[in-house]
Amino acid sequence: MKKNQLMEKVIHGIFLVLGLITVGCVLLITIYLVISGIPAIREIGLIDFLFGKEWASTAAEPKYGILSFILTSVYGTAGAILIGVPVGFMTAVYLSKLASPKVKSVMQSAVSLLAGIPSVVYGLVGMLVLVPGIRKIFNVPDGASLLAAIVVLAIMILPSIIKMSITALDAVPKEYEDASLALGATPIETYFKVSVPAAKSGIAAAVVLGVGRAIGEAMAVMMVAGNVPNMPDSLFQSVRFLTTAVSSEMAYSSGLQRQALFSIALVLFLFIMLINATLNFFLKRETE
Amino acid sequence: MSIISVKELCLWYGDHQALRNVDIEIPEKSITAFIGPSGCGKSTFLKTLNRMNDLIPGVKITGDIRYEGTDIFSKEVDVNNLRKEIGMVFQKPNPFPMSIYDNVAYGPRTHGITNKVELDDIVERALRDAAIWDEAKDRLKKNALGMSGGQQQRLCIARALAVQPKVLLMDEPTSALDPISTSRIEELVMELKGKYTIVMVTHNMQQAVRVSDHTAFFLLGELVEFGKTDDIFSQPKDQRTEDYITGRFG
Repeated sequence: MKKNQLMEKVIHGIFLVLGLITVGCVLLITIYLVISGIPAIREIGLIDFLFGKEWASTAAEPKYGILSFILTSVYGTAGAILIGVPVGFMTAVYLSKLASPKVKSVMQSAVSLLAGIPSVVYGLVGMLVLVPGIRKIFNVPDGASLLAAIVVLAIMILPSIIKMSITALDAVPKEYEDASLALGATPIETYFKVSVPAAKSGIAAAVVLGVGRAIGEAMAVMMVAGNVPNMPDSLFQSVRFLTTAVSSEMAYSSGLQRQALFSIALVLFLFIMLINATLNFFLKRETE
Repeated sequence: MSIISVKELCLWYGDHQALRNVDIEIPEKSITAFIGPSGCGKSTFLKTLNRMNDLIPGVKITGDIRYEGTDIFSKEVDVNNLRKEIGMVFQKPNPFPMSIYDNVAYGPRTHGITNKVELDDIVERALRDAAIWDEAKDRLKKNALGMSGGQQQRLCIARALAVQPKVLLMDEPTSALDPISTSRIEELVMELKGKYTIVMVTHNMQQAVRVSDHTAFFLLGELVEFGKTDDIFSQPKDQRTEDYITGRFG
């Protein structure tokens, strides 16, 4: 009897420790980022850092303004959402409500596969197909641009949006749909006027998740966006994202430059935190 | 006079035959009750009348159903229009997760009414007809899911009435409700029969006796007996009907 109880306690303890590993990692990363991100911001000045338009980290008189990165990340994500959400949402409605079981299973495996493709492959295909394509179609000197990044990101966020929206739409009680059909509404009217509104929190969460994926993506956008610290004045400008700003200079950086990269990571981290909080808000509403 | 007439209706779910040669004439502006043990096909038959069974994969239907003389399975029939004429109330109250007003206005809006004044009028009339106006009038903008089960069911009736159907199909409308809510729904149903034809599936034989004018007894997919409720319950012609209503099985 006593031995059993001891065993229970030990196992309980082991699980607790395992759980704490995750919490510990989050805490560690947060603390580390804040500690290493603050000094450069202090030295450069918060306003100059966040709203400075010029990034010239290796110049004789270095400039550390990351406004171009912030705007690029925001525009790039917004663009990806603008394209990816309608496509993903409509796909989800189709798969959840209209598609035959056969079509549904084939398309859902395709969606899962899309989710499993490494981002470097997206980048590669983007480099080889999309970038030259943009150059030819729009007749611009270089196809590596904000537009290319937006298209790649839009495709990359599709799986998360589709899968989460399907989950939300599948969870809508059939009784709601039956009631609508019995009132003489057509199936399409029923899906858009009853099913979608009933699933709206879940769909909103799917969108936020997509935002999170898009803003955090580094590899693919580095390969197709040109990776030049320009202000994103046009869709065809070669640009650099917050993520790629960190990754492209980290290898050879030192001193204030290195510290500034940590500060960029901190800014990115805050964006992600904000997005996560929004996501939790929607998910919580969903369960209520 | 009959509003719906059914001849030799058979229905299969895949290989399983759920209805066998059902013939019935449903009289207009009266209450017809379908009784019978679970799985006897009474709900299936009810859902065939407004073609809600179309939605189930693997269903095969043969035979003839005429609503006001028109074959409801004919290609010219618009199924959405048919369902507007033949409304339905479900076993479990199923208001949409929206406001009381929007629930009732859903049908009319779907059928193209956008004028606010007109909608207000329809909503009020439907809620009054369903005997829930007094309870709902001060909370029209509140979510319908905040109402009690009995209120929700009367709201669902109001929602069905708002598209001005001629027939109202009710699939065990009180089986999920407490006795007080049940008797309110029963009273309501009896008030409605002046204006509507009501077809009601019920598990509860006393309910059929209390409410209905005609009763149809189903068993194993067959319509065993159909007639005036008084006759069915006082002098059933078929032995199986007698066995069922006297509680020998069920």
